Amino acid sequence: MPKHDTPLLDELEKGPWPSFVTDLKRQAEKKPECFDILGQLELSYRDKVTHWKHGGIVGVFGYGGGIVGRYSDVPTQFPGVAHFHTVRLNQPSSMFYSSAKLRDICNLWEKYGSGMTNMHGSTGDLVLLGTTTPNLEPLFYDLTHDLNQDLGGSGSNLRTPSCCLGRARCEWGCYDTQNLCHSLTMHYQDEIHRPAFPYKFKMKFSGCPNDCVAAIARSDFAVIGTWRDDIRIDQAAVKGYLSGEFIPNAGAHSDKDWGKFDIKAEVLDLCPTGCMWMEGDTLKIDNSECTRCMHCLNVMPRALRPGLQQGATICVGAKAPILDGAQFATMTVPFIEVNPDTEFAEIIEVIEKIWDWWMEVGKNRERVGETIMRIGLPTFLKVMEITPTPQHVKEPRSNPYVFWQEDEVEGGWDRDVIAYRKRNAQ
Amino acid sequence: MGYDPANPMADRITDIGPPHYEQFFPPVVKNNYGKWLYHEILQPGVLMHKAENGDECYTVRIGAARLISIELIREMCDVADIHCDGYLRWTTRNNVEFMVDSKAKVQPLLDDLKSRGNRMPVGGTGASVSNCVHTQGWVHCHTPATDASGVVKAVMDELFDYFTSHKLPAQVRLALACCLNMCGAVHASDIAILGVHRKPPMIDHDAITGLCELPLAISACPLGAVKPATAKNSAGEDVKSVKVNAERCMFCGNCYTMCPAMPLADPDGDGIAILVGGKVSNSRTMPSFSKLVIPFLPNTPPRWPETVAAVKNILETYANDARKYERVGEWAARIGWEKFFEKTGIPFTIKSIDDYRLAYDTWRTTTQFKFTSHIK
Repeated sequence: MPKHDTPLLDELEKGPWPSFVTDLKRQAEKKPECFDILGQLELSYRDKVTHWKHGGIVGVFGYGGGIVGRYSDVPTQFPGVAHFHTVRLNQPSSMFYSSAKLRDICNLWEKYGSGMTNMHGSTGDLVLLGTTTPNLEPLFYDLTHDLNQDLGGSGSNLRTPSCCLGRARCEWGCYDTQNLCHSLTMHYQDEIHRPAFPYKFKMKFSGCPNDCVAAIARSDFAVIGTWRDDIRIDQAAVKGYLSGEFIPNAGAHSDKDWGKFDIKAEVLDLCPTGCMWMEGDTLKIDNSECTRCMHCLNVMPRALRPGLQQGATICVGAKAPILDGAQFATMTVPFIEVNPDTEFAEIIEVIEKIWDWWMEVGKNRERVGETIMRIGLPTFLKVMEITPTPQHVKEPRSNPYVFWQEDEVEGGWDRDVIAYRKRNAQ
Repeated sequence: MGYDPANPMADRITDIGPPHYEQFFPPVVKNNYGKWLYHEILQPGVLMHKAENGDECYTVRIGAARLISIELIREMCDVADIHCDGYLRWTTRNNVEFMVDSKAKVQPLLDDLKSRGNRMPVGGTGASVSNCVHTQGWVHCHTPATDASGVVKAVMDELFDYFTSHKLPAQVRLALACCLNMCGAVHASDIAILGVHRKPPMIDHDAITGLCELPLAISACPLGAVKPATAKNSAGEDVKSVKVNAERCMFCGNCYTMCPAMPLADPDGDGIAILVGGKVSNSRTMPSFSKLVIPFLPNTPPRWPETVAAVKNILETYANDARKYERVGEWAARIGWEKFFEKTGIPFTIKSIDDYRLAYDTWRTTTQFKFTSHIK
């Protein structure tokens, strides 16, 4: 495959940020189809439209997901990318790797693909970008036999779950995000590989309300770590922040002079519930008023830690705007213990109640958040057998149109209009 | 052995899932799992996590393109082999992290990274602009309204100084999605770059009958703008097709997703919208959506100067005006969005007033507002 002139893309070799164009050119020396990636992309830069055709259903036997078909609409010009399918590999929880494992993946992709990847895709998969239909089965064989790895999800199935790094290297992990993510991924292999849902279903696991995997914005099923007892305070460390011995916010503001640390302005006054105060140089917290927003812990990580009665809040139904508008996940289960000893049976029960209902009433291509929106949170809570609480709403409804059920009203709804007219003339 | 095309189901292995994460932990991580006490950011891009037993894990974070070759991954493996016992990880924002277990190992690692040209810039921690998450764009997607990798490269070049420093009021999360499907989930980002279409779909009457389930194409439209119709194909024959009420079209592209015979992409119609003020974290204020402040900027490859300038203007106006810890959206909410438009100099247009579902939630229903230059 010949090299193409790419004067527009060459402009993206300039500048301090890593250049994907330079990277593609280097890769093209070993994988010449990368010249055709550059050539077709250059054509898009000239034409200002994509040159990839719509869709194309390809896959490996027995799976309904994990491979996304892609074909060039200018294949004679760029035969190296005529077929250019995506292979999604299910990433290990929180994306730690050994160099040995990555080199195996690189060798596999050198053999069967273009040599280009995404580390990682938006949902979390390790994305191998660009191969041909005849290569799919041999690649899958080597992947499962030699690398002991598997494909992730695509289409109307359970998408590859993902999690924050949690307890591996963070002091705020209120439950074991990696264990839960990995265990559910293994438990639901069938749901990941064989589409059976109305539409895609994403699960994300964050260890604390900072929510580094954006579970509340991006997943149908968001498990976000929290605690229900008191924030642990190390008063000596509080004094360390007051004296300037410790830098606030772990040093996150180090390149601008924001003045001396002011605990009132930086912590107490920014607390959304105003539940903190100082008595001398002792920090006090009314924990019953705390909503666990994380701000004070973020600012003083050496002094404040999550409580010890840890678990998670489950929020359901986030999605991007297509079609009715973006939704954040709605707080559904205020607190649940995340218990590896039961193999997370309590969480699995919640998931499967959602699926049973959504698979029955959800419309084609309707995310579960849209189903809840269409049918109503009250019905969803009833289906989930969850006691409605004030925590489920920001404020009570302001319209009075309650859908009373007949059995909730004394005497039911059958009435005698003739008797009524005897008392109340027309 | 290997795959036998004559017997494809022989020795088949399925549903084995991903490799177990624990085998990829560096020893200092494995030994201190769940036992971390606190962390410090020693300098931009360098974190130190302290464990209960006194162990320290030093992490050096580098920016990387999301689109990355196996050659570059191998080079990163080399770095991990030289300095980190062969372990490394990726973050959710496409950064790469190298971890070592003592402070003495940090500087040699930093020196090594610096020696590798611009391939491994250190930064992306604390009150910085971290890596911009994004989608495929023209590199690999069939529905984009703009490119992704190129726009992000141009933006990150311009904001590079903010990636390698801690001088902002808070972290600023950038995201780009190349169409309204928002695979990049830009709906909750401090500054979001969104590819948008502005021309209704064309209808390929020659192909539609064979390619599309017409009822699905019709029901794909959230505004009922797609209706069944009889049309003439290029051979002059009557075919079952659809028609589009262009006045109703909101250019979401959902019809094209369902029906490849209804393409929207267009060099003049497509471009970029800028949304501002979303956040995911629950810290201080609740998670919030990004809000549309610039409805359209043209697609100007290879370096999208209008988009780069717009993002930089918003970022620097915020940086100069916001209080410590305030995210972009918290700043805009405090000063009021009328002040946001005044301070940034972004012209307010009618296109920032919502007229879709749930629109009323964003209209002002109080007499409280500020008299900015917008009120004549």
